[in-house]
Amino acid sequence: MTDIERLRYDVVVIGAGGAGLRAAIEARLQGKKTAIISKSLFGKAHTVMAEGGAAAAMGNANPNDNWQVHFRDTMRGGKFLNSWRMAELHAKEAPDRIWELEAWGALFDRTKDGKISQRNFGGHEYPRLAHVGDRTGLELIRTCQQKIVALQQEDHAEFGDYDARLKVFAETTITRLLKDEQGRICGAFGYIRETGKFVVFEAPAVVLATGGIGKSFKVTSNSWEYTGDGHALALLAGASLINMEFVQFHPTGMVWPPSVKGILVTESVRGDGGVLKNSDGKRFMFDYIPDVFKDKYATSEEEADRWYDDPDNNRRPPELLPRDEVARAINSEVKAGRGSPHGGVFLDIASRLKPEQIIKRLPSMHHQFKELADVDITAEPMEVGPTCHYVMGGVEVDPDTAAASVPGLFAAGEVSGGMHGSNRLGGNSLSDLLVFGRRAGLGAAEYASATTVSVPDAEVEAAVAEAMEPYQRDTGENPYAVHQELQQTMNDLVGIIRREDELEQAIEALGKLRDRVGNVAVAPSAGATVTEDRGPAYHPGWHLALDLRNMMIVSECVARAALERQESRGGHTRDDYPKMSADWRKINLVCSLRDGVVELKRQEMSPMREDLLSLFELDELKKYLTEGELPAEEKN
Amino acid sequence: MGYKAKFRVWRGDAGEGELKDYTVEVNEGEVVLDVIHRLQATEAPDLAVRWNCKAGKCGSCSAEINGRPRLMCMTRMSTFAEDETVTVTPMRTFPVIRDLVTDVSYNYEKAREIPAFDGGDVKPGEFRMQQVDVERSQEFRKCIECFLCNNTCHVIRDHEENKEHFSGPRFLMRVAELEMHPADVQDRRQIAQDDFGLGYCNITKCCTEVCPEHIKITDNALIPMKERVVGRRYDPLVWLGSKIGVVKRGKSTPKA
Repeated sequence: MTDIERLRYDVVVIGAGGAGLRAAIEARLQGKKTAIISKSLFGKAHTVMAEGGAAAAMGNANPNDNWQVHFRDTMRGGKFLNSWRMAELHAKEAPDRIWELEAWGALFDRTKDGKISQRNFGGHEYPRLAHVGDRTGLELIRTCQQKIVALQQEDHAEFGDYDARLKVFAETTITRLLKDEQGRICGAFGYIRETGKFVVFEAPAVVLATGGIGKSFKVTSNSWEYTGDGHALALLAGASLINMEFVQFHPTGMVWPPSVKGILVTESVRGDGGVLKNSDGKRFMFDYIPDVFKDKYATSEEEADRWYDDPDNNRRPPELLPRDEVARAINSEVKAGRGSPHGGVFLDIASRLKPEQIIKRLPSMHHQFKELADVDITAEPMEVGPTCHYVMGGVEVDPDTAAASVPGLFAAGEVSGGMHGSNRLGGNSLSDLLVFGRRAGLGAAEYASATTVSVPDAEVEAAVAEAMEPYQRDTGENPYAVHQELQQTMNDLVGIIRREDELEQAIEALGKLRDRVGNVAVAPSAGATVTEDRGPAYHPGWHLALDLRNMMIVSECVARAALERQESRGGHTRDDYPKMSADWRKINLVCSLRDGVVELKRQEMSPMREDLLSLFELDELKKYLTEGELPAEEKN
Repeated sequence: MGYKAKFRVWRGDAGEGELKDYTVEVNEGEVVLDVIHRLQATEAPDLAVRWNCKAGKCGSCSAEINGRPRLMCMTRMSTFAEDETVTVTPMRTFPVIRDLVTDVSYNYEKAREIPAFDGGDVKPGEFRMQQVDVERSQEFRKCIECFLCNNTCHVIRDHEENKEHFSGPRFLMRVAELEMHPADVQDRRQIAQDDFGLGYCNITKCCTEVCPEHIKITDNALIPMKERVVGRRYDPLVWLGSKIGVVKRGKSTPKA
């Protein structure tokens, strides 16, 4: 036991995507000794796959934009279930976070007057997304990565050691958060993939920035790391999750060939003029404009097409409705037998823009379809369909400090919950990462200044024992097979459209899978050294076996919350409860763990502050809120 | 539609290893990485491979396929004949950790030596740049850090001894990116030559050829960078001017 390396830090950030890197930068700027735990190599996190852009009301493309408009759009997109305080902070601070990236070397596309260009996206009233072609996430992560290197260079100049105050632990996975006798976070336990060695981080403050849960689903745009690690670590440490029933199915994933099914096709295709058509060649989105958005979207193709050049005098094309609406519409078209040959619908940009414009604005889409599907998007339409993309639910946090309910635990980015309500708008994720990454880094740094901790041996022993289980079993199931079944179950029974009987079936199936997850076995590679202080070196089967626990817990949360919420809203569509209910709007479903079992409770949301409420017209509020919640003076 | 393909995959660790033969199912539309994953899920659960996005965006799954440096996720099986044996080996320039996974820390060390972007006194929000000016560096920022260019470059591919003095195309391109950044105020020309080994590059364009992002590394980054270095170090007029005091040369940024 004593052989296991113990490393002391003030702040440990788990996750090296946009939120994690931004949190780490902030903690280091506050003078804290900070560790970044990256499940992959430094700079490879899922953030690189974000394409469209980062939403920030800078007003560069349309001077009428401001934080209030962005706030309103975000609340509407989330169907008013958002934590209004998070949505407020996000809308107010996003521009500064984008400008800061530019000062760190980011090169966004420009407007004619040399400012950062902004593009249209679903649910955003004005062109708002700062972007670099269709590879904005890569720019964001590379810029943060390079800022970290810049800080390390400062430390090298000062201390002769790049890692003196900010160190990246690449290819390192945390399997447990550690707590002391007082119930506070005191560190984290994990393994280093390259060597299999166990490692203990001793730290008063831990920031979770582990991203999402997409790998619990079969068809997903998410990469292998998205196994719900932070969600599960938080639950296991005693924190709670909210809104887990809300899973965003991005309307446009690739559907063919089978091996790339689910890979994302950016919303920018539609933002730049792309339209959705069914097998009859019809632009079907006009048939799917919901009541709450009726007055904001065009009802004819002519008006929709005029909007691109004259947005002030025309309404938006319905292809740019929030993602939940578009995903459901595609699903309905396919079910009605009007789908494309491979079970999607057609996304056509070829007839809308010149080939050179397409290649300029959507280079990676052009490349992706050419290389992976033999489709030239400048000449023919793409086939697309919904893919599991994002989880709105996550760790319940204090909006201002990103602190979870367990002392010393913080969360930011996709792993945190509340900001996006029941549905996230495209472009709001990258800005979310930056705004709340920074706040989590600040919150953690402040907390760490006043706290010292040490890790009890028993905590480490328990974590080691758990990590060793899969290769200590002589017989057991193949983790890959169990994973595939879990993904199929979630896809079939807890997917985009849900029903009570299917959700009950899912919960039963998950119960059986839980036993099987507890019984997976992997054999260490021939000749591998496995000792008290290390597991097998770079053994993907073992890694998956450990990740399965997390996917399992998270899947149960999603299924149970989805069964409980008897309404349809955003990323939660119930076939048997198709309407949105104002009574349900006030309710957050909170998941926690008791003796390893997921518990669910209803929790009333705090009413929106008056000044924020007054940003909306009464008629609009009436569509979402109960009578009692409407502004007092206008009730009659 | 599906068929059984013959695969030879390098298995082993830093100590030793060998090519192992597998026969594995292949379905329509699949890429090499799909086949490697099928091997993992069936007969080789411990087969080590690095991957993330499976969409050519993260640059994790670099390897050598039939001897050619490629991303496994972007190499379609349809490019091989059904009776062809597909050989997958780890990148050769970097030490093997296990199977197809290599130790690429060389790249991260080189990255840390390059002085970071410095925007001077401009405040956040006040940068003004024209699209045409940012496009040059934007091309280089498309880089997904798959390190295939560094793997391919003959300066270090079989010359361990050059690694100390040569940053490879990836990071010479990073220097070029910063030099061409419209808002950067540092001057990295001297260190490009002295510390990062720009002079080793003899523009054989191998790096450009293997770049999965189709960045014109040699033509647009390395050659212009060589010209800039010449402009600073060898221009006889500048040399003369500085000797007699009519030309004042700016300060050269030291390596970080």
